Amino acid sequence: MLAKLPRIQDPNFLVGFDHSDDAAVYKLTDELAMVQTLDFFPPMVEDPYVFGQVAAANALSDIYAMGAVPKTALNIVCFPAKLDMGILDQILRGGSEKVMEAGAVLAGGHSIDDVDVKYGLSVTGLVDPRKIYTNIGCRAGDVLILTKPLGVGIVCSADRVGEASEDAMTHAVKSMITLNKYAAEVLGRYPVHALTDVTGFGFLGHLHEMLAGQVSAIVVSGQVPHIPQALHYAEEFLITGAAQRNRNFLEDYVQIEPGVSFGLEELLFDPQTSGGLLASVPARVAKELVAELEQLGLPCGIVGEIIPRVEKEIMVR
Amino acid sequence: MRREIDATGLACPLPVIETKKALKDMSQGQLDVVVDNAISLQNLEKMAKQMGLDYSLETVDDARHIIHIQVGEGAQTAEERQVLTRKRAGKKVVVLSSDQMGAGHPELGRVLMNSFIFALTELENLPDQVLLYNGGVKLAVAGSDALADLQTLAEQGVEIVSCGTCLNFFELTQELAVGSITNMYEIVQCQMEAAIIIQP
Repeated sequence: MLAKLPRIQDPNFLVGFDHSDDAAVYKLTDELAMVQTLDFFPPMVEDPYVFGQVAAANALSDIYAMGAVPKTALNIVCFPAKLDMGILDQILRGGSEKVMEAGAVLAGGHSIDDVDVKYGLSVTGLVDPRKIYTNIGCRAGDVLILTKPLGVGIVCSADRVGEASEDAMTHAVKSMITLNKYAAEVLGRYPVHALTDVTGFGFLGHLHEMLAGQVSAIVVSGQVPHIPQALHYAEEFLITGAAQRNRNFLEDYVQIEPGVSFGLEELLFDPQTSGGLLASVPARVAKELVAELEQLGLPCGIVGEIIPRVEKEIMVR
Repeated sequence: MRREIDATGLACPLPVIETKKALKDMSQGQLDVVVDNAISLQNLEKMAKQMGLDYSLETVDDARHIIHIQVGEGAQTAEERQVLTRKRAGKKVVVLSSDQMGAGHPELGRVLMNSFIFALTELENLPDQVLLYNGGVKLAVAGSDALADLQTLAEQGVEIVSCGTCLNFFELTQELAVGSITNMYEIVQCQMEAAIIIQP
């Protein structure tokens, strides 16, 4: 959509070289750049306090995906004036706690009266411009590492129609409210060739952006960390429209080999809220890196490898 | 019997859920499901395809799409249809032709094979069949370290079959402790009809 707007030329505006990144990076000095992002959405969980936490963890995630540290945050609130203000208090409490955990300052915000509830944040962070992670740069021989389980989209959608178990929701909520801060700190100690966070376009959609038409990837579906019940819900066709839109968009790029179960396929297209980081790293560091990530307590792992460009961009086996 | 579900105004996965419910109650006839967007229609198509149902798609206009689903001859329930689809799609067959996994050290090979079989029991999607021949039959006899795991698989509906000639050769026919005995004709048949053969 941005394509229709006039493009501003400024040598300090660094994220001109990759339009698929979600945050804007502006160089202040040779050692310091400012990273800005914003994200807000309607609730995907019942509990307003949890929703606030999820929305904040999700908004902060883009900062971590750039290798930056969040410094200030501003609330974005749409809330019906006739609704119980106690609900809003809980949403904001959830949000502010996550901003605090991130080590940033919640500096204010703006709210408007609206028919539906929506909440999110605008976050500003800082990074050394020489150490920015972008979502492109995968090299043949790299392995792909995912730091959170897939399936939160399917579980939340099953929950909306009363089909999700309490245990499944507990898994999904734990994953969504976990800041990518911790995984980013671990990744910071290793060489990382490309980094992104998995959100609305699903695992395969974000992987497609990372490959940038330069290299191909083999995804080992059996190794993809996921919420166990999500697989079951997908097999029961508790599937989402957004996953199908992702599937349609990626049709030409992805080849799913026979033997991959329908449920796993659906998980790979499932849009994620506050999903994990997806990193492309040299194979030699992968094992040690994953061992460190596992200490953080969420399902994670090596999910595939980067190979030189072949006809299909992504092969799922 | 012809039924229609108006799923316009419903967001995914609701149209699919409503359709599944209706299919469960229907034994015969046609089910038409109307949705108001192409994505919902595609999700219904995915479900029909997975369930092995006969269907056709119709797009009246941008806001009206219909899937026509033919519900089976005879009184098949949705579950029976799913089983049939799986059968038609071909089986997943694991072939174990030795009691060792890989070539190298025999002792290591045996350890690997036992943990391979244990890992099979942990799979979300179990194989349909485990086929044992040559040294592989030693895994299914009394005293085998893999016996308990093969029994677990059998309890979960995985068919365990051992080659009779091989059991005879090792003089282990009396010791067979899980699954059934088969012949070369069946061994060939199973592998020819398999959708996928896993041989560690």
